[in-house]
Amino acid sequence: MRSLLRPFLIALLLLAAIVAPIGQGNYITYVLTSWLIFSIASMGLNLTLGYAGQISLAQASFMAIGAYTTALLTLAGWHWMAALVPALLLCFVIGLVLGYPALRVKGHFLAFVTLAFNTLVFLVLRNEDWLTGGNYGLVGMPRPDFGFFSTMKQHNFYYFTLAITIVAAAIMWWIVRSPWGRAFKALRENPIRAESLGVDTRRITLLAFAIGSAYGGLAGALVTPLVQFIEPGSFAVAHSFRILLMVVVGGAGFFFGPFLGAGVVILLPEMLRFTEGYYLIIYAALVILMLVFTPKGLIGVWDLLRNRLFGKAQIRADVKQEPTLK
Amino acid sequence: MSQFLQVLLSGLATGSIYALVAIGFTLVWQAAQTVNFAQGEFVMVPAFFVLVGMHVLGFPLALAVGFALLASIVVLGFVFKKLIVEPILPSGGISLIIATMALGILLRESVKEFYGAEAQPFPPLFPTDPIHVFGAVVSMQDLLNLVISLGVVILLTLFLNRTRTGRSMQAAAQNPAVAEILGVDVKRMIMYAFLINAALAALASFLITPVYLAKFSNGETLGLVAFIAAIVGGFNQIRGALVGGLLIGVLDNFVATYITAEYRAALPLILLIVIILLRPQGIMGTSEGRAV
Repeated sequence: MRSLLRPFLIALLLLAAIVAPIGQGNYITYVLTSWLIFSIASMGLNLTLGYAGQISLAQASFMAIGAYTTALLTLAGWHWMAALVPALLLCFVIGLVLGYPALRVKGHFLAFVTLAFNTLVFLVLRNEDWLTGGNYGLVGMPRPDFGFFSTMKQHNFYYFTLAITIVAAAIMWWIVRSPWGRAFKALRENPIRAESLGVDTRRITLLAFAIGSAYGGLAGALVTPLVQFIEPGSFAVAHSFRILLMVVVGGAGFFFGPFLGAGVVILLPEMLRFTEGYYLIIYAALVILMLVFTPKGLIGVWDLLRNRLFGKAQIRADVKQEPTLK
Repeated sequence: MSQFLQVLLSGLATGSIYALVAIGFTLVWQAAQTVNFAQGEFVMVPAFFVLVGMHVLGFPLALAVGFALLASIVVLGFVFKKLIVEPILPSGGISLIIATMALGILLRESVKEFYGAEAQPFPPLFPTDPIHVFGAVVSMQDLLNLVISLGVVILLTLFLNRTRTGRSMQAAAQNPAVAEILGVDVKRMIMYAFLINAALAALASFLITPVYLAKFSNGETLGLVAFIAAIVGGFNQIRGALVGGLLIGVLDNFVATYITAEYRAALPLILLIVIILLRPQGIMGTSEGRAV
């Protein structure tokens, strides 16, 4: 029953994603596309935060690196697919270089270092206008064209993004289930035990951080052709925080958490538009309330309900089965 | 030379205020393993309590400052500890970090919506007349800020080392279980740490706001600088936070005057990364000994 339920739900979700933009205007399609893009970014952060248990506040700066790299290369005449490769590699390498010193010490240091890094990237993007256009940013990046399939139309671009999201999600699914992914989880649940069982905790955490950063870069690379205008302000620390909230609200450590979280964070402003300026106040208060009552996020609520309704006898109450943030 | 002295003194004055914020931050960290990401907003809010006291309740300045201090201790100390830290701490440090970030947004946006988005003039507590020290022109305000902050740090150190309550607080921070066995009321000591943190943040607010004007976004940079001061100095030492704060204040001023004003904001960040690379326990700190 349970083994059938999951593929069925995934198929339903996919179908919904395919049908969603049909008959909708450009604006709705745009919102849906940015939902997909932020899902990718928070999927990456979910690997770092939810699976490897490291808090990062630099996801927006990796989006910036991905976005600016693809923007500069596509403006120089490269095809988007070709520009994607150096963008992802750059994010991966910078993730390694940044994570290496921070992971020498305790976890919360990574929060500070990544916060500092995000601010540094922002300053460089703003000040070095010979390369990045400074405050004015970069404009006029072309959208990828595959001859038979041009993404100039908003709907086509949505399906293009959807295809990339599915590939990214499939790779993530594989990572999480591979021996590496299991090592990530072991690390989060009990770092000392993981280390005594021979898991090289530092290398594994670093790898999780770098892969998560590359996912941020992928999301950034998609922002460039979507908006066709990038400026430093779109990648400030506040946006890293937004992505972090997507992961936490959705449910850190759950595979589908980021999709749910990104949906809530992107759609909530649309729904709370009538509250005008109070939106962020309401939102921040809701997050605090959520952390007090269900620290596992919205997917955690579902698990809670399921256990209430179709609860199974627990064999060992001291062994926790669900992911938790440490 | 006179310019050098001038830059140094005003750097020390700002740095000593950073140190106050950083010390509150370390106290809370030691007492309850709480990394307070809303610390910058904790410095921004008391200035608005003063403004509310003066313009809404019609108090004179001195009374408004007293009211703001009390309000800060209650709201940013007691209520913060009871409503946010206590319920979330059991579910882990990262959840609490995220909650304090959300709290920061909540405070910032509330001030913006309910008081105003423009920078508000804030009355100086001291005369701002310039005075001359060895040919350098320094404002009275800067000197008094420095003297008051250092005085408070000395008093706080004396309190923590010489009084029974202070020593109990240290014991509760170092080893809560043993402290409890020896008859220390650990919960109360933790609460004291939060109250002292709120008072320090309020004091820093009263000293620094006349320089920068009261604005809802003041906390963003202040909070980051305070974390960095705490880390650079050594996260588990009060004197470390003091050294870190002064160092950042002075370096910031020198870089802005002599090297580059464009990348002024980058300096503390680079300092942070260098310190974490070379000496992760901080300049004055002692190593905590475990990597995982």
